[in-house]
Amino acid sequence: MNMTREQIVSIAHLSKVFRVGFWGKRVTAVDDLSLEVQQGEIYGFLGPNGAGKTTTIKMLMGLIYPSSGAASLFGRPIGDQAAKAKVGFLPESPYFYDYLTSREFLRFYGHLFGLLGSTLEKRIDELLELVGMTHARDLQLRKFSKGMLQRVGIAQAMINDPELVILDEPMSGLDPIGRKEVRDLILRLKESGKTVMFSSHILHDAELLCDRVAMIMKGKLVACGHVSELIDHGTTQEVEMVVDRLSPEGVEALRPFTLKTMLHGERVVATLASQRHVDDALEVIRSHQAKLVSLLPHKASLEDLFIRKARGVQQVTEVPV
Amino acid sequence: MKVISIALNTFRENLRDKLLYNLLIFALLMIGSSLILMRLTLGEFHRLILDIGLGSINFFGVLIAIFVGIGLVSKEIEKKTIYTIVSKPVARFQFLLGKYLGLSLTLLINTAIMAVGLLAVLYVQEVPIHAVLFKALGLIVVEFMVITAVALLFSTFSSATFSAIFTLALYVIGHLTPDLKAFGEKMGGLGKTILEGMYYVLPNLDRFNLKGHVTHQLDVPAGELLVIGLYGIAYSAFLLTVASVIFQRRDFR
Ligand SMILES: Nc1ncnc2c1ncn2[C@@H]1O[C@H](COP(=O)(O)OP(=O)(O)OP(=O)(O)O)[C@@H](O)[C@H]1O
Ligand SMILES: [Mg+2]
Repeated sequence: MNMTREQIVSIAHLSKVFRVGFWGKRVTAVDDLSLEVQQGEIYGFLGPNGAGKTTTIKMLMGLIYPSSGAASLFGRPIGDQAAKAKVGFLPESPYFYDYLTSREFLRFYGHLFGLLGSTLEKRIDELLELVGMTHARDLQLRKFSKGMLQRVGIAQAMINDPELVILDEPMSGLDPIGRKEVRDLILRLKESGKTVMFSSHILHDAELLCDRVAMIMKGKLVACGHVSELIDHGTTQEVEMVVDRLSPEGVEALRPFTLKTMLHGERVVATLASQRHVDDALEVIRSHQAKLVSLLPHKASLEDLFIRKARGVQQVTEVPV
Repeated sequence: MKVISIALNTFRENLRDKLLYNLLIFALLMIGSSLILMRLTLGEFHRLILDIGLGSINFFGVLIAIFVGIGLVSKEIEKKTIYTIVSKPVARFQFLLGKYLGLSLTLLINTAIMAVGLLAVLYVQEVPIHAVLFKALGLIVVEFMVITAVALLFSTFSSATFSAIFTLALYVIGHLTPDLKAFGEKMGGLGKTILEGMYYVLPNLDRFNLKGHVTHQLDVPAGELLVIGLYGIAYSAFLLTVASVIFQRRDFR
Protein backbone atom coordinates (compact mmCIF):
# COMPACT_ATOMS: atom_id res chain seq x y z
CA MET A 1 0.00 0.00 0.00
CA ASN A 2 1.36 3.33 -0.99
CA MET A 3 -0.80 6.34 -0.40
CA THR A 4 1.82 8.90 -1.32
CA ARG A 5 1.87 7.93 -4.97
CA GLU A 6 0.62 10.57 -7.33
CA GLN A 7 -2.68 9.95 -9.05
CA ILE A 8 -2.07 10.39 -12.75
CA VAL A 9 -5.55 9.63 -13.99
CA SER A 10 -8.51 10.31 -11.79
CA ILE A 11 -12.07 9.63 -12.85
CA ALA A 12 -14.95 10.51 -10.54
CA HIS A 13 -18.58 9.55 -11.18
CA LEU A 14 -18.12 9.90 -14.91
CA SER A 15 -21.14 9.26 -17.13
CA LYS A 16 -21.83 9.63 -20.79
CA VAL A 17 -25.25 9.45 -22.36
CA PHE A 18 -25.42 9.41 -26.15
CA ARG A 19 -28.55 10.38 -27.95
CA VAL A 20 -29.08 8.25 -31.01
CA GLY A 21 -31.55 8.12 -33.84
CA PHE A 22 -34.33 10.42 -34.83
CA TRP A 23 -36.07 10.35 -31.44
CA GLY A 24 -32.89 10.97 -29.51
CA LYS A 25 -33.03 7.66 -27.70
CA ARG A 26 -30.71 7.70 -24.70
CA VAL A 27 -27.84 5.24 -24.64
CA THR A 28 -25.81 5.22 -21.44
CA ALA A 29 -22.32 4.30 -22.57
CA VAL A 30 -20.54 5.07 -19.31
CA ASP A 31 -22.41 4.95 -16.03
CA ASP A 32 -21.09 6.58 -12.85
CA LEU A 33 -17.56 5.33 -13.34
CA SER A 34 -14.87 6.12 -10.79
CA LEU A 35 -11.29 4.94 -10.87
CA GLU A 36 -7.74 6.09 -10.34
CA VAL A 37 -4.49 5.29 -12.07
CA GLN A 38 -1.34 5.86 -10.06
CA GLN A 39 2.09 6.98 -11.05
CA GLY A 40 4.26 4.23 -12.50
CA GLU A 41 1.71 1.47 -12.83
CA ILE A 42 0.35 -0.46 -15.76
CA TYR A 43 -3.40 -0.22 -15.59
CA GLY A 44 -5.63 -2.50 -17.61
CA PHE A 45 -9.04 -1.29 -18.65
CA LEU A 46 -11.08 -4.35 -19.49
CA GLY A 47 -14.57 -5.16 -20.58
CA PRO A 48 -16.56 -6.82 -23.37
CA ASN A 49 -17.49 -5.13 -26.66
CA GLY A 50 -19.59 -2.05 -26.11
CA ALA A 51 -18.73 -1.83 -22.42
CA GLY A 52 -17.75 1.83 -22.70
CA LYS A 53 -13.95 1.61 -22.71
CA THR A 54 -13.43 3.73 -25.81
CA THR A 55 -16.05 6.21 -24.66
CA THR A 56 -14.24 6.65 -21.34
CA ILE A 57 -10.89 7.09 -23.04
CA LYS A 58 -12.35 9.63 -25.47
CA MET A 59 -13.62 11.63 -22.51
CA LEU A 60 -10.16 11.50 -20.93
CA MET A 61 -8.64 12.83 -24.14
CA GLY A 62 -11.16 15.66 -24.43
CA LEU A 63 -12.71 14.33 -27.64
CA ILE A 64 -16.17 14.07 -26.15
CA TYR A 65 -17.60 15.74 -23.09
CA PRO A 66 -18.99 13.88 -20.07
CA SER A 67 -22.71 14.07 -19.42
CA SER A 68 -21.86 14.24 -15.74
CA GLY A 69 -18.96 13.62 -13.43
CA ALA A 70 -15.39 14.72 -13.93
CA ALA A 71 -11.95 13.45 -14.78
CA SER A 72 -8.45 14.80 -14.50
CA LEU A 73 -4.99 14.00 -15.81
CA PHE A 74 -2.01 14.95 -13.64
CA GLY A 75 -4.48 16.66 -11.33
CA ARG A 76 -5.53 19.04 -14.06
CA PRO A 77 -8.93 19.21 -15.71
CA ILE A 78 -9.48 17.56 -19.07
CA GLY A 79 -8.33 19.68 -21.98
CA ASP A 80 -5.53 21.37 -20.06
CA GLN A 81 -2.71 21.95 -22.55
CA ALA A 82 0.11 21.39 -20.05
CA ALA A 83 -1.36 18.02 -19.10
CA LYS A 84 -1.87 17.01 -22.74
CA ALA A 85 1.80 17.75 -23.41
CA LYS A 86 2.70 14.88 -21.06
CA VAL A 87 0.29 12.34 -22.56
CA GLY A 88 0.64 9.94 -25.45
CA PHE A 89 -2.54 8.56 -26.98
CA LEU A 90 -3.28 5.75 -29.39
CA PRO A 91 -6.91 5.73 -30.56
CA GLU A 92 -8.84 2.56 -31.33
CA SER A 93 -8.12 1.33 -34.88
CA PRO A 94 -6.14 4.46 -35.64
CA TYR A 95 -6.90 6.70 -38.61
CA PHE A 96 -4.15 8.94 -39.87
CA TYR A 97 -3.38 11.21 -42.79
CA ASP A 98 -2.83 8.53 -45.38
CA TYR A 99 -1.00 10.76 -47.85
CA LEU A 100 1.93 11.19 -45.47
CA THR A 101 4.87 8.83 -45.16
CA SER A 102 5.57 7.47 -41.68
CA ARG A 103 8.41 9.91 -41.30
CA GLU A 104 6.42 12.95 -42.44
CA PHE A 105 3.59 11.83 -40.21
CA LEU A 106 5.75 11.60 -37.11
CA ARG A 107 7.44 14.90 -37.99
CA PHE A 108 4.07 16.64 -38.20
CA TYR A 109 3.00 15.25 -34.84
CA GLY A 110 6.35 16.18 -33.34
CA HIS A 111 5.75 19.76 -34.44
CA LEU A 112 2.46 19.73 -32.55
CA PHE A 113 4.49 19.20 -29.38
CA GLY A 114 6.87 21.97 -30.36
CA LEU A 115 9.66 19.51 -31.21
CA LEU A 116 11.96 20.59 -33.99
CA GLY A 117 15.07 19.94 -36.03
CA SER A 118 17.66 17.28 -35.30
CA THR A 119 16.21 16.37 -31.89
CA LEU A 120 12.97 15.51 -33.58
CA GLU A 121 14.60 13.65 -36.48
CA LYS A 122 16.59 11.56 -34.05
CA ARG A 123 13.49 10.78 -32.05
CA ILE A 124 11.64 9.76 -35.22
CA ASP A 125 14.40 7.36 -36.24
CA GLU A 126 14.47 5.85 -32.76
CA LEU A 127 10.73 5.35 -32.66
CA LEU A 128 10.54 3.81 -36.12
CA GLU A 129 13.26 1.44 -35.04
CA LEU A 130 11.42 0.69 -31.79
CA VAL A 131 8.17 -0.27 -33.51
CA GLY A 132 9.99 -2.09 -36.30
CA MET A 133 8.90 0.25 -39.07
CA THR A 134 12.27 1.54 -40.25
CA HIS A 135 11.86 -0.30 -43.54
CA ALA A 136 8.61 1.59 -44.23
CA ARG A 137 9.72 5.05 -43.17
CA ASP A 138 9.28 6.56 -46.63
CA LEU A 139 6.13 4.69 -47.52
CA GLN A 140 2.78 6.48 -47.55
CA LEU A 141 0.45 5.37 -44.78
CA ARG A 142 -2.28 4.46 -47.26
CA LYS A 143 -0.07 1.59 -48.40
CA PHE A 144 0.19 0.23 -44.86
CA SER A 145 -1.42 -2.92 -43.51
CA LYS A 146 -3.57 -2.74 -40.39
CA GLY A 147 -0.78 -3.94 -38.13
CA MET A 148 1.72 -1.53 -39.68
CA LEU A 149 -0.68 1.34 -39.00
CA GLN A 150 -1.02 0.15 -35.43
CA ARG A 151 2.74 0.24 -35.11
CA VAL A 152 3.18 3.81 -36.37
CA GLY A 153 0.19 4.65 -34.21
CA ILE A 154 2.13 3.46 -31.20
CA ALA A 155 5.16 5.42 -32.39
CA GLN A 156 3.15 8.65 -32.61
CA ALA A 157 1.85 8.07 -29.09
CA MET A 158 5.42 8.24 -27.83
CA ILE A 159 6.80 11.08 -29.93
CA ASN A 160 6.77 13.46 -26.95
CA ASP A 161 8.33 10.97 -24.52
CA PRO A 162 5.09 11.04 -22.51
CA GLU A 163 4.72 10.51 -18.77
CA LEU A 164 1.38 8.84 -19.31
CA VAL A 165 0.52 6.61 -22.25
CA ILE A 166 -3.14 5.80 -22.95
CA LEU A 167 -3.62 3.05 -25.50
CA ASP A 168 -7.02 1.93 -26.77
CA GLU A 169 -6.56 -1.71 -27.74
CA PRO A 170 -2.87 -1.56 -28.58
CA MET A 171 -2.71 -5.26 -29.48
CA SER A 172 -5.52 -5.26 -32.00
CA GLY A 173 -4.45 -6.03 -35.53
CA LEU A 174 -1.05 -7.28 -34.46
CA ASP A 175 0.41 -10.71 -35.12
CA PRO A 176 1.73 -12.77 -32.17
CA ILE A 177 5.20 -11.31 -32.56
CA GLY A 178 3.79 -7.80 -32.71
CA ARG A 179 1.74 -8.47 -29.58
CA LYS A 180 4.80 -9.68 -27.75
CA GLU A 181 6.68 -6.59 -28.89
CA VAL A 182 3.95 -4.32 -27.61
CA ARG A 183 3.92 -6.16 -24.29
CA ASP A 184 7.67 -5.70 -24.00
CA LEU A 185 7.31 -2.07 -24.94
CA ILE A 186 4.70 -1.48 -22.25
CA LEU A 187 6.95 -3.15 -19.68
CA ARG A 188 9.86 -1.01 -20.80
CA LEU A 189 7.74 2.11 -20.40
CA LYS A 190 6.96 1.07 -16.85
CA GLU A 191 10.64 0.43 -16.18
CA SER A 192 11.47 3.95 -17.23
CA GLY A 193 8.92 5.26 -14.74
CA LYS A 194 6.03 5.93 -17.09
CA THR A 195 2.40 5.24 -16.39
CA VAL A 196 0.47 3.14 -18.87
CA MET A 197 -3.28 2.72 -19.16
CA PHE A 198 -4.57 0.46 -21.86
CA SER A 199 -7.84 -1.13 -22.84
CA SER A 200 -8.04 -4.67 -24.11
CA HIS A 201 -10.20 -7.70 -24.64
CA ILE A 202 -7.21 -9.94 -24.46
CA LEU A 203 -7.32 -10.87 -20.81
CA HIS A 204 -4.24 -12.98 -21.03
CA ASP A 205 -2.19 -9.93 -22.03
CA ALA A 206 -3.70 -7.94 -19.21
CA GLU A 207 -2.91 -10.66 -16.74
CA LEU A 208 0.70 -10.79 -17.85
CA LEU A 209 1.21 -7.03 -17.83
CA CYS A 210 -1.00 -5.18 -15.45
CA ASP A 211 -0.40 -4.14 -11.91
CA ARG A 212 -4.05 -3.32 -11.55
CA VAL A 213 -7.10 -3.64 -13.73
CA ALA A 214 -10.60 -2.27 -13.89
CA MET A 215 -13.33 -4.32 -15.47
CA ILE A 216 -16.39 -2.55 -16.79
CA MET A 217 -19.61 -3.90 -18.23
CA LYS A 218 -22.46 -1.87 -19.67
CA GLY A 219 -20.63 1.26 -18.60
CA LYS A 220 -20.43 0.23 -14.95
CA LEU A 221 -17.41 -0.78 -12.95
CA VAL A 222 -17.75 -4.44 -11.95
CA ALA A 223 -14.29 -5.14 -10.57
CA CYS A 224 -11.07 -3.32 -9.88
CA GLY A 225 -7.86 -3.95 -8.05
CA HIS A 226 -4.61 -5.91 -8.22
CA VAL A 227 -4.76 -8.72 -10.71
CA SER A 228 -3.80 -11.53 -8.35
CA GLU A 229 -6.08 -10.39 -5.56
CA LEU A 230 -8.97 -9.93 -7.94
CA ILE A 231 -8.58 -13.47 -9.14
CA ASP A 232 -8.44 -14.79 -5.57
CA HIS A 233 -11.40 -12.75 -4.39
CA GLY A 234 -13.56 -12.79 -7.42
CA THR A 235 -13.19 -16.42 -8.40
CA THR A 236 -13.05 -19.62 -6.42
CA GLN A 237 -10.08 -21.86 -6.84
CA GLU A 238 -11.53 -25.12 -7.98
CA VAL A 239 -9.53 -28.27 -7.36
CA GLU A 240 -9.76 -31.45 -9.35
CA MET A 241 -9.32 -34.65 -7.38
CA VAL A 242 -8.90 -38.15 -8.78
CA VAL A 243 -9.48 -41.08 -6.40
CA ASP A 244 -9.43 -44.88 -6.88
CA ARG A 245 -11.36 -47.50 -4.95
CA LEU A 246 -13.72 -45.12 -3.21
CA SER A 247 -16.79 -46.88 -1.80
CA PRO A 248 -20.31 -45.59 -2.64
CA GLU A 249 -20.58 -44.35 0.97
CA GLY A 250 -17.31 -42.50 0.44
CA VAL A 251 -18.68 -40.82 -2.69
CA GLU A 252 -21.71 -39.71 -0.70
CA ALA A 253 -19.50 -38.39 2.10
CA LEU A 254 -17.50 -36.39 -0.46
CA ARG A 255 -20.52 -34.80 -2.08
CA PRO A 256 -20.92 -31.75 0.25
CA PHE A 257 -17.47 -30.53 -0.86
CA THR A 258 -17.77 -31.09 -4.59
CA LEU A 259 -19.27 -29.24 -7.52
CA LYS A 260 -19.52 -32.38 -9.59
CA THR A 261 -18.48 -36.01 -9.32
CA MET A 262 -17.87 -38.41 -12.17
CA LEU A 263 -17.51 -42.17 -11.86
CA HIS A 264 -15.36 -44.14 -14.29
CA GLY A 265 -15.57 -47.70 -13.00
CA GLU A 266 -13.22 -47.82 -10.02
CA ARG A 267 -12.15 -44.25 -10.50
CA VAL A 268 -13.82 -41.11 -9.14
CA VAL A 269 -13.11 -37.67 -10.57
CA ALA A 270 -14.41 -34.96 -8.25
CA THR A 271 -14.24 -31.21 -8.63
CA LEU A 272 -13.93 -29.45 -5.30
CA ALA A 273 -15.61 -26.06 -5.13
CA SER A 274 -12.68 -24.46 -3.36
CA GLN A 275 -9.24 -25.13 -1.94
CA ARG A 276 -10.77 -24.78 1.49
CA HIS A 277 -12.36 -28.19 1.06
CA VAL A 278 -9.15 -30.07 0.31
CA ASP A 279 -8.51 -31.09 3.92
CA ASP A 280 -12.05 -32.30 4.41
CA ALA A 281 -11.94 -34.29 1.21
CA LEU A 282 -8.64 -35.91 2.13
CA GLU A 283 -10.11 -36.88 5.47
CA VAL A 284 -12.98 -38.64 3.70
CA ILE A 285 -10.56 -40.53 1.46
CA ARG A 286 -8.43 -41.64 4.36
CA SER A 287 -11.38 -42.80 6.47
CA HIS A 288 -12.74 -44.82 3.51
CA GLN A 289 -9.34 -46.29 2.70
CA ALA A 290 -9.40 -45.10 -0.87
CA LYS A 291 -6.32 -44.20 -2.91
CA LEU A 292 -5.62 -40.64 -3.99
CA VAL A 293 -4.35 -40.55 -7.56
CA SER A 294 -3.99 -36.81 -8.13
CA LEU A 295 -4.93 -33.45 -6.71
CA LEU A 296 -4.82 -30.61 -9.20
CA PRO A 297 -5.70 -27.02 -8.38
CA HIS A 298 -7.34 -25.35 -11.35
CA LYS A 299 -5.52 -22.08 -11.96
CA ALA A 300 -8.09 -19.33 -12.03
CA SER A 301 -7.53 -16.44 -14.40
CA LEU A 302 -8.96 -13.05 -15.19
CA GLU A 303 -10.98 -14.83 -17.80
CA ASP A 304 -12.87 -16.76 -15.12
CA LEU A 305 -13.63 -13.53 -13.35
CA PHE A 306 -14.65 -11.95 -16.62
CA ILE A 307 -17.02 -14.75 -17.49
CA ARG A 308 -18.50 -14.84 -14.01
CA LYS A 309 -19.09 -11.11 -14.20
CA ALA A 310 -20.55 -11.34 -17.67
CA ARG A 311 -22.98 -13.98 -16.42
CA GLY A 312 -24.43 -11.40 -14.15
CA VAL A 313 -22.58 -11.26 -10.87
CA GLN A 314 -23.39 -7.62 -10.42
CA GLN A 315 -21.73 -6.76 -7.15
CA VAL A 316 -18.45 -4.93 -7.40
CA THR A 317 -15.35 -6.83 -6.45
CA GLU A 318 -13.04 -4.21 -5.12
CA VAL A 319 -9.66 -4.93 -3.70
CA PRO A 320 -8.14 -2.01 -1.81
CA VAL A 321 -4.92 -0.52 -3.14
CA MET B 1 4.08 27.10 -34.76
CA LYS B 2 1.41 24.43 -34.17
CA VAL B 3 -1.03 26.44 -36.26
CA ILE B 4 1.52 26.73 -39.05
CA SER B 5 2.20 22.97 -39.00
CA ILE B 6 -1.50 22.25 -39.28
CA ALA B 7 -1.82 24.84 -42.05
CA LEU B 8 1.04 23.33 -44.03
CA ASN B 9 -0.38 19.86 -43.60
CA THR B 10 -3.74 21.12 -44.82
CA PHE B 11 -2.06 22.71 -47.81
CA ARG B 12 -0.39 19.40 -48.58
CA GLU B 13 -3.73 17.66 -48.24
CA ASN B 14 -5.36 20.18 -50.61
CA LEU B 15 -2.68 19.54 -53.19
CA ARG B 16 -3.89 15.96 -53.35
CA ASP B 17 -7.47 16.98 -54.01
CA LYS B 18 -8.44 16.19 -57.61
CA LEU B 19 -11.26 18.72 -57.43
CA LEU B 20 -8.67 21.44 -57.07
CA TYR B 21 -6.85 20.48 -60.25
CA ASN B 22 -10.02 20.04 -62.23
CA LEU B 23 -11.24 23.47 -61.27
CA LEU B 24 -7.85 24.99 -61.93
CA ILE B 25 -7.70 23.46 -65.40
CA PHE B 26 -11.21 24.69 -66.17
CA ALA B 27 -10.29 28.17 -65.02
CA LEU B 28 -7.16 28.22 -67.17
CA LEU B 29 -9.15 26.97 -70.17
CA MET B 30 -11.69 29.73 -69.63
CA ILE B 31 -9.00 32.36 -69.37
CA GLY B 32 -7.14 30.88 -72.33
CA SER B 33 -10.28 30.85 -74.45
CA SER B 34 -9.90 34.61 -74.79
CA LEU B 35 -6.95 33.88 -77.04
CA ILE B 36 -9.25 32.72 -79.81
CA LEU B 37 -11.64 35.64 -79.48
CA MET B 38 -12.07 37.73 -82.60
CA ARG B 39 -10.80 41.22 -82.26
CA LEU B 40 -13.75 43.48 -81.81
CA THR B 41 -13.39 47.19 -81.43
CA LEU B 42 -10.29 47.71 -79.38
CA GLY B 43 -11.85 49.04 -76.15
CA GLU B 44 -14.58 46.38 -76.10
CA PHE B 45 -12.04 43.66 -76.70
CA HIS B 46 -9.81 44.64 -73.80
CA ARG B 47 -12.79 44.91 -71.51
CA LEU B 48 -14.07 41.49 -72.54
CA ILE B 49 -10.76 39.73 -71.93
CA LEU B 50 -10.39 41.32 -68.48
CA ASP B 51 -14.00 40.51 -67.70
CA ILE B 52 -13.67 36.86 -68.62
CA GLY B 53 -10.30 36.55 -66.91
CA LEU B 54 -11.23 38.09 -63.56
CA GLY B 55 -14.65 36.45 -63.68
CA SER B 56 -13.10 33.00 -64.15
CA ILE B 57 -10.56 33.51 -61.40
CA ASN B 58 -13.30 34.61 -59.04
CA PHE B 59 -15.79 31.93 -59.99
CA PHE B 60 -13.44 28.97 -59.79
CA GLY B 61 -11.74 30.25 -56.66
CA VAL B 62 -15.11 30.57 -54.95
CA LEU B 63 -15.97 27.02 -55.95
CA ILE B 64 -12.73 25.78 -54.39
CA ALA B 65 -13.27 27.87 -51.26
CA ILE B 66 -16.76 26.43 -50.82
CA PHE B 67 -16.28 22.81 -51.77
CA VAL B 68 -12.90 22.31 -50.16
CA GLY B 69 -13.87 24.58 -47.27
CA ILE B 70 -16.92 22.59 -46.19
CA GLY B 71 -14.88 19.38 -45.98
CA LEU B 72 -11.97 20.98 -44.17
CA VAL B 73 -13.11 20.08 -40.67
CA SER B 74 -15.99 17.67 -41.25
CA LYS B 75 -13.76 15.23 -43.11
CA GLU B 76 -11.30 15.16 -40.23
CA ILE B 77 -14.11 14.28 -37.86
CA GLU B 78 -15.57 11.70 -40.23
CA LYS B 79 -12.20 10.06 -40.86
CA LYS B 80 -11.32 10.38 -37.17
CA THR B 81 -7.95 11.92 -38.02
CA ILE B 82 -8.89 14.68 -35.62
CA TYR B 83 -8.58 12.31 -32.64
CA THR B 84 -4.82 12.34 -32.61
CA ILE B 85 -4.61 16.10 -33.25
CA VAL B 86 -6.97 17.35 -30.59
CA SER B 87 -5.49 14.97 -28.01
CA LYS B 88 -2.11 16.66 -28.50
CA PRO B 89 -1.46 20.02 -26.85
CA VAL B 90 -3.40 21.79 -29.57
CA ALA B 91 -6.45 23.85 -28.68
CA ARG B 92 -9.46 23.35 -30.86
CA PHE B 93 -9.38 26.93 -32.12
CA GLN B 94 -5.75 26.42 -33.15
CA PHE B 95 -6.81 23.42 -35.19
CA LEU B 96 -9.56 25.43 -36.83
CA LEU B 97 -7.25 28.35 -37.55
CA GLY B 98 -4.61 26.03 -39.01
CA LYS B 99 -7.13 24.39 -41.34
CA TYR B 100 -8.36 27.83 -42.38
CA LEU B 101 -4.92 29.23 -43.07
CA GLY B 102 -3.97 26.09 -45.00
CA LEU B 103 -6.83 26.47 -47.43
CA SER B 104 -6.17 30.20 -47.65
CA LEU B 105 -2.62 29.42 -48.72
CA THR B 106 -3.95 26.99 -51.32
CA LEU B 107 -6.29 29.65 -52.64
CA LEU B 108 -3.53 32.23 -52.73
CA ILE B 109 -1.27 30.02 -54.80
CA ASN B 110 -4.17 28.94 -56.94
CA THR B 111 -5.05 32.56 -57.64
CA ALA B 112 -1.42 33.31 -58.43
CA ILE B 113 -1.39 30.52 -61.04
CA MET B 114 -4.63 31.72 -62.61
CA ALA B 115 -3.33 35.30 -62.54
CA VAL B 116 -0.20 34.24 -64.39
CA GLY B 117 -2.46 32.64 -66.99
CA LEU B 118 -4.45 35.84 -67.29
CA LEU B 119 -1.32 37.99 -67.55
CA ALA B 120 -0.01 35.72 -70.31
CA VAL B 121 -3.25 36.12 -72.25
CA LEU B 122 -3.20 39.87 -71.73
CA TYR B 123 0.38 40.00 -72.96
CA VAL B 124 -0.31 37.95 -76.07
CA GLN B 125 -3.40 39.99 -76.88
CA GLU B 126 -1.49 43.20 -76.20
CA VAL B 127 -3.89 44.44 -73.56
CA PRO B 128 -2.30 47.13 -71.39
CA ILE B 129 -1.82 46.02 -67.78
CA HIS B 130 -2.57 48.55 -65.03
CA ALA B 131 -1.78 48.48 -61.31
CA VAL B 132 -5.48 48.28 -60.45
CA LEU B 133 -5.54 44.76 -61.90
CA PHE B 134 -3.24 43.58 -59.11
CA LYS B 135 -5.31 45.38 -56.53
CA ALA B 136 -8.37 43.60 -57.87
CA LEU B 137 -6.60 40.23 -57.64
CA GLY B 138 -5.62 41.02 -54.06
CA LEU B 139 -9.21 41.72 -53.09
CA ILE B 140 -10.35 38.54 -54.84
CA VAL B 141 -8.11 36.60 -52.47
CA VAL B 142 -9.59 38.48 -49.52
CA GLU B 143 -13.05 37.55 -50.74
CA PHE B 144 -11.98 33.89 -50.94
CA MET B 145 -10.86 34.11 -47.33
CA VAL B 146 -14.25 35.43 -46.25
CA ILE B 147 -16.04 32.67 -48.17
CA THR B 148 -13.75 30.02 -46.72
CA ALA B 149 -14.58 31.32 -43.24
CA VAL B 150 -18.30 31.12 -44.06
CA ALA B 151 -17.93 27.53 -45.32
CA LEU B 152 -15.90 26.59 -42.26
CA LEU B 153 -18.44 28.12 -39.91
CA PHE B 154 -21.35 26.24 -41.48
CA SER B 155 -19.42 22.98 -41.55
CA THR B 156 -18.84 23.13 -37.78
CA PHE B 157 -22.52 22.44 -37.18
CA SER B 158 -24.22 21.23 -40.35
CA SER B 159 -23.80 18.49 -42.93
CA ALA B 160 -21.66 18.96 -46.05
CA THR B 161 -24.68 19.37 -48.33
CA PHE B 162 -26.32 22.01 -46.18
CA SER B 163 -23.02 23.81 -45.66
CA ALA B 164 -22.54 24.01 -49.42
CA ILE B 165 -26.06 25.30 -49.98
CA PHE B 166 -25.83 27.86 -47.17
CA THR B 167 -22.45 29.11 -48.30
CA LEU B 168 -23.50 29.42 -51.93
CA ALA B 169 -26.62 31.27 -50.85
CA LEU B 170 -24.60 33.61 -48.71
CA TYR B 171 -22.21 34.19 -51.59
CA VAL B 172 -25.05 35.23 -53.87
CA ILE B 173 -26.76 37.40 -51.25
CA GLY B 174 -23.41 38.84 -50.23
CA HIS B 175 -23.08 40.29 -53.70
CA LEU B 176 -26.55 41.80 -53.52
CA THR B 177 -26.29 43.57 -50.16
CA PRO B 178 -26.41 47.11 -51.67
CA ASP B 179 -29.65 46.07 -53.38
CA LEU B 180 -30.96 44.79 -50.07
CA LYS B 181 -30.43 48.21 -48.54
CA ALA B 182 -31.95 50.02 -51.48
CA PHE B 183 -34.90 47.67 -51.48
CA GLY B 184 -35.39 48.20 -47.75
CA GLU B 185 -35.45 51.97 -48.18
CA LYS B 186 -38.34 51.57 -50.58
CA MET B 187 -40.25 49.14 -48.36
CA GLY B 188 -40.06 51.09 -45.11
CA GLY B 189 -41.37 49.80 -41.77
CA LEU B 190 -40.38 46.39 -40.45
CA GLY B 191 -39.13 45.21 -43.85
CA LYS B 192 -36.71 48.10 -43.86
CA THR B 193 -35.37 47.21 -40.41
CA ILE B 194 -34.89 43.57 -41.37
CA LEU B 195 -33.24 44.24 -44.70
CA GLU B 196 -31.03 46.92 -43.20
CA GLY B 197 -30.05 44.52 -40.45
CA MET B 198 -29.12 41.96 -43.09
CA TYR B 199 -27.13 44.60 -44.92
CA TYR B 200 -24.95 45.13 -41.88
CA VAL B 201 -24.68 41.51 -40.73
CA LEU B 202 -24.09 39.75 -44.04
CA PRO B 203 -20.70 40.08 -45.70
CA ASN B 204 -20.71 42.90 -48.19
CA LEU B 205 -18.96 40.87 -50.86
CA ASP B 206 -19.53 43.43 -53.57
CA ARG B 207 -16.93 45.60 -51.89
CA PHE B 208 -14.26 43.12 -52.98
CA ASN B 209 -15.27 43.34 -56.61
CA LEU B 210 -13.04 45.74 -58.55
CA LYS B 211 -13.82 44.35 -61.99
CA GLY B 212 -15.50 47.57 -63.05
CA HIS B 213 -12.46 49.55 -62.00
CA VAL B 214 -10.15 47.26 -63.92
CA THR B 215 -12.11 47.27 -67.14
CA HIS B 216 -12.47 51.02 -67.02
CA GLN B 217 -8.91 51.54 -65.81
CA LEU B 218 -10.01 53.44 -62.74
CA ASP B 219 -7.45 53.29 -59.97
CA VAL B 220 -8.41 52.67 -56.35
CA PRO B 221 -6.56 54.71 -53.72
CA ALA B 222 -4.38 52.72 -51.33
CA GLY B 223 -6.33 53.98 -48.33
CA GLU B 224 -9.60 52.65 -49.65
CA LEU B 225 -7.98 49.37 -50.58
CA LEU B 226 -6.68 49.04 -47.04
CA VAL B 227 -10.10 49.70 -45.53
CA ILE B 228 -11.71 47.04 -47.75
CA GLY B 229 -8.95 44.57 -46.99
CA LEU B 230 -9.26 45.16 -43.25
CA TYR B 231 -13.02 44.78 -43.50
CA GLY B 232 -12.52 41.34 -45.08
CA ILE B 233 -10.01 40.24 -42.48
CA ALA B 234 -12.13 41.51 -39.59
CA TYR B 235 -15.20 39.80 -40.99
CA SER B 236 -13.31 36.51 -41.39
CA ALA B 237 -11.94 36.80 -37.87
CA PHE B 238 -15.46 37.30 -36.57
CA LEU B 239 -16.73 34.21 -38.43
CA LEU B 240 -13.81 32.12 -37.19
CA THR B 241 -14.47 33.22 -33.62
CA VAL B 242 -18.08 32.08 -33.87
CA ALA B 243 -16.94 28.84 -35.53
CA SER B 244 -14.46 28.25 -32.69
CA VAL B 245 -17.12 28.73 -30.03
CA ILE B 246 -19.36 26.15 -31.73
CA PHE B 247 -16.48 23.79 -32.46
CA GLN B 248 -15.27 23.94 -28.86
CA ARG B 249 -18.54 22.45 -27.63
CA ARG B 250 -18.72 19.58 -30.10
CA ASP B 251 -18.38 15.89 -29.35
CA PHE B 252 -16.19 14.05 -31.84
CA ARG B 253 -18.08 10.79 -32.03
N1 LIG C 1 -20.91 7.94 -31.17
C1 LIG C 1 -21.78 7.16 -30.53
N2 LIG C 1 -23.09 7.38 -30.64
C2 LIG C 1 -23.97 6.62 -29.98
N3 LIG C 1 -23.63 5.59 -29.20
C3 LIG C 1 -22.34 5.30 -29.06
C4 LIG C 1 -21.35 6.07 -29.71
N4 LIG C 1 -20.13 5.57 -29.38
C5 LIG C 1 -20.38 4.52 -28.57
N5 LIG C 1 -21.70 4.36 -28.37
C6 LIG C 1 -22.33 3.34 -27.52
O1 LIG C 1 -21.69 3.35 -26.27
C7 LIG C 1 -21.45 2.05 -25.80
C8 LIG C 1 -19.99 1.87 -25.47
O2 LIG C 1 -19.21 1.93 -26.65
P1 LIG C 1 -17.64 1.92 -26.61
O3 LIG C 1 -17.15 2.15 -28.00
O4 LIG C 1 -17.16 2.85 -25.57
O5 LIG C 1 -17.33 0.43 -26.17
P2 LIG C 1 -15.93 -0.33 -26.02
O6 LIG C 1 -15.87 -0.81 -24.62
O7 LIG C 1 -14.81 0.51 -26.49
O8 LIG C 1 -16.15 -1.57 -26.99
P3 LIG C 1 -15.10 -2.35 -27.93
O9 LIG C 1 -14.42 -3.30 -27.04
O10 LIG C 1 -15.99 -3.04 -28.91
O11 LIG C 1 -14.19 -1.36 -28.53
C9 LIG C 1 -21.99 1.12 -26.88
O12 LIG C 1 -23.26 0.68 -26.47
C10 LIG C 1 -22.12 1.95 -28.10
O13 LIG C 1 -23.22 1.56 -28.86
MG1 LIG D 1 -13.44 0.31 -27.91
